[in-house]
Amino acid sequence: MPDFEPITGRYFTMNVAGDDVRIYVEEAGAGIPLVCLHTAGSDARQFRHLMCDREVTAHFRVMAFDMPWHGKSNPPAGWQDREYQLTTELYRETVLAFCTEMELEDPAIMGCSMGGRIVLHLALEHPEAFRAVVALEGADRLEPYYDTDWLHRGDVHGGEVCAGYVSGQVAPQSPDEYRWETLWAYMQGGPGIFKGDLYFYWVDGHFDDRSGLIDTGRCPVYLLSGEYDSSCTPERAIATAKRIKGSRITVMDGMGHFPMSENPELFRRHILPVLEDIRNRG
Amino acid sequence: MIEKLATYVNGNDALVRRGRHIECSLLVGVGDNDFIIEIKGGRVTNVRRRAIAIESGCFAVRASADVWHEHWSALPKRDHHDLFSMLAAGHAEIDGDLLPFMQNLLYFKALLAAPRAANEKA
Repeated sequence: MPDFEPITGRYFTMNVAGDDVRIYVEEAGAGIPLVCLHTAGSDARQFRHLMCDREVTAHFRVMAFDMPWHGKSNPPAGWQDREYQLTTELYRETVLAFCTEMELEDPAIMGCSMGGRIVLHLALEHPEAFRAVVALEGADRLEPYYDTDWLHRGDVHGGEVCAGYVSGQVAPQSPDEYRWETLWAYMQGGPGIFKGDLYFYWVDGHFDDRSGLIDTGRCPVYLLSGEYDSSCTPERAIATAKRIKGSRITVMDGMGHFPMSENPELFRRHILPVLEDIRNRG
Repeated sequence: MIEKLATYVNGNDALVRRGRHIECSLLVGVGDNDFIIEIKGGRVTNVRRRAIAIESGCFAVRASADVWHEHWSALPKRDHHDLFSMLAAGHAEIDGDLLPFMQNLLYFKALLAAPRAANEKA
């Protein structure tokens, strides 16, 4: 028998905004449910190292699903006649539908980049649904610095340009193997999907005017930001943390925008104390 | 270091292969000095100082000498480690026809970072 990893993957269908979508979910471990949300334009493989970390899976049931249109999850039927665009409302509904379908009880939720933004929205609007939220490279206010139209057009290879857009978001210190594995997922995204996700990330997801209303007494908030992140910079994460009273911020030196996939060894040093804190809160 | 770009690029087989369909010139500004970089089949075939005002490339990338110096260091600081990070931080500018640039984004980023190899080996 091969030396199997502890990760198992399964499919199910759920309804989101009136559409039935076939969802792929991977999980490992047992204990407190921990839902993990991948970055824009990528998929749940980004969390494979976390799901193979026994110090995590001894206490947490770690689940990561591919968003509709991403990875091994399907787009809804009729996708060929639609333009994919992720809104705050659609993203929130997707995550809540997943938690409902999986019958999760008091889960923690951790997201990266766009996932790091939506968990903050969830902390504000659904604090009763989550025992804690962890925002990796997530902020309540961002400033776009590139034109997303280049990401989906016939005369530019989508996979190559998506990887090129984010290649500098990996810190120079991160191991080459994981740098290129992270970029590989970007090269495999469907046409227009990264661009459609960035509508939420760059345009629709701002809520710095309301993030201060998050009650961390009801739903604790943890923010972690990589030194080399050029979009959710440490400065933007710190500004977000200041607005969310009671939140905890960690700046990860020598890390970029994809902590769990670009440098899993360094990431675990930062995330294990956070997960321990969540456990201790009960 | 930009003058030696051909050495850094043409000795990198993987980079040359990535740019094998490229044939164009670009302008790289290092402070007040403009350089024309000619590329054919992924290889740098010529690097020269811009001699006359109307000489140009299909696109131009400019940054100060200090920013390029940091970009080419073995372990660049944040906001200097990647062309897009430099653009995001306002440390670099890009103008011109960006279609060939975007069509070969990974190549051109690696091309502009290629002098780093000399410092990594040092």
